[in-house]
Amino acid sequence: MGPSGTGKTTLLKLISGQLKPDSGSIMINEQNVHQLSRKNLYALRQKMGMLFQSGALLTDMSVYDNIAFPIREHTALPESMIRTLVLMKLNAVGLRGAKDLMPSELSGGMARRVAMARALALDPEMIMYDEPFTGQDPISLGVLVKLIATLNQTLQLTSIIVSHDVQETAAIADYIYLLSAGKIAGQGTPEELYSSDSAWVQQFMQGKPDGPVPFHYPAQDYQNDLLAH
Amino acid sequence: MKFFHSIGQISLQSLAKLGRSTLFLSAIINSLGYPLLRPKLLIRQIYSVGVLSFWLVAISGLFVGMVLGLQGVYTLSTFGAESSLGIMVAASLVRELGPVVSALLFAGRAGSALTAEIGLMKTTEQLSGMEMMAIDPLKYIIAPRFLAGFISLPLLAALFSAIGIWGGYIAGVELLNVDVGAYWSQMQSAIDFYDDIVNGIIKSIIFAWIITWIALFEGYDATPTSAGISRATTKTVVNSAFAILLFDFLLTALMFGTS
Repeated sequence: MGPSGTGKTTLLKLISGQLKPDSGSIMINEQNVHQLSRKNLYALRQKMGMLFQSGALLTDMSVYDNIAFPIREHTALPESMIRTLVLMKLNAVGLRGAKDLMPSELSGGMARRVAMARALALDPEMIMYDEPFTGQDPISLGVLVKLIATLNQTLQLTSIIVSHDVQETAAIADYIYLLSAGKIAGQGTPEELYSSDSAWVQQFMQGKPDGPVPFHYPAQDYQNDLLAH
Repeated sequence: MKFFHSIGQISLQSLAKLGRSTLFLSAIINSLGYPLLRPKLLIRQIYSVGVLSFWLVAISGLFVGMVLGLQGVYTLSTFGAESSLGIMVAASLVRELGPVVSALLFAGRAGSALTAEIGLMKTTEQLSGMEMMAIDPLKYIIAPRFLAGFISLPLLAALFSAIGIWGGYIAGVELLNVDVGAYWSQMQSAIDFYDDIVNGIIKSIIFAWIITWIALFEGYDATPTSAGISRATTKTVVNSAFAILLFDFLLTALMFGTS
């Protein structure tokens, strides 16, 4: 977690090999992600799922085809078995009845649940969520929080959530890293962070408008600015 | 000093873009086998960029041919050479106007649509989503569109020329009473298959290559915002038009310059 623009999504893109780091390395399953050949990186990505902020559903395919797409591309399963798998994934996110809809017919919350079903299509070992709660109405928010926690426990996944929604994320996270300006500013279980001595951690966890991170963007003296002309 | 700084910056940016676009083209060429193995993907794109451009090209071809017929008769009648109308219309169309005008129309209709589509896919993270599903968007999205443009434009240019010749016939023979036999027979005797028709086809193949390359690269390289897509779409049309006219001059000089 961390404020906007602090490098959270960049970190996810580094983990998934979409961006290359200037220095350092990222190890997944004892493999350095950024030293893998394209073929091996794609093989690794089949074990990863990623939920994008926008959902990233393919707009010219129905909900059903969006989820069937990675299965069709990476397996030689017969269509009858693909149908069963797709319906199972859709049922897990509560959208089996929406299988024939197009992405443009879905609400924001539904689109993210479909994207979640697609991320699970190849039964990944780990799944990454990029701001899954942003812009959701209270009902969709509750559904998503419950769904992420349930899927994580049921499927025994490694889940990484990038978010600035403190309450929702703290409710389901086992361990939290707080990022500020590209560096780890605090870490621990949600309880440890809520009781942290750090003023910065407290400001972020409590959502206080002023503190170590000032409310005002740096500017010249207010009075001088007003009287300048 | 600032002026030289700007010149240097623009030159470096242009060189970097040229490098990126060349790498992009080589990656597309490496991926061209994929749509050949997945004909459904290719056929869908041929429909999108080729079939949907049919009426625009056909109607434009008809009117261009009719204008050529009218202007041809007025000019040739000054020398008493109306009977050469067929040669004039056919040579103009198969050598120049067919490949060039259909390429300009294709850049405006299909090229801009390709850029906007790819740019929007980038903006809505669909391309990144495919990458994360371990599906290469260059193979699945870009290569079929490139190949479809490559196949469609030469066919559209041939269609443009054929309908244009028919338009010239309507204006010259049906409306202005040029002799029907002279129109077709002079055309048949003067137009050479290799020198005129094959050279015209080669031109439209090269234009197809240029337009789809520019259109796909501008979409893929677009800044992922609405203003970025708008800018990329404009660049596709403007750069394609410049490139078509420049290459038309070079190819014409190469093909017909010494004859």
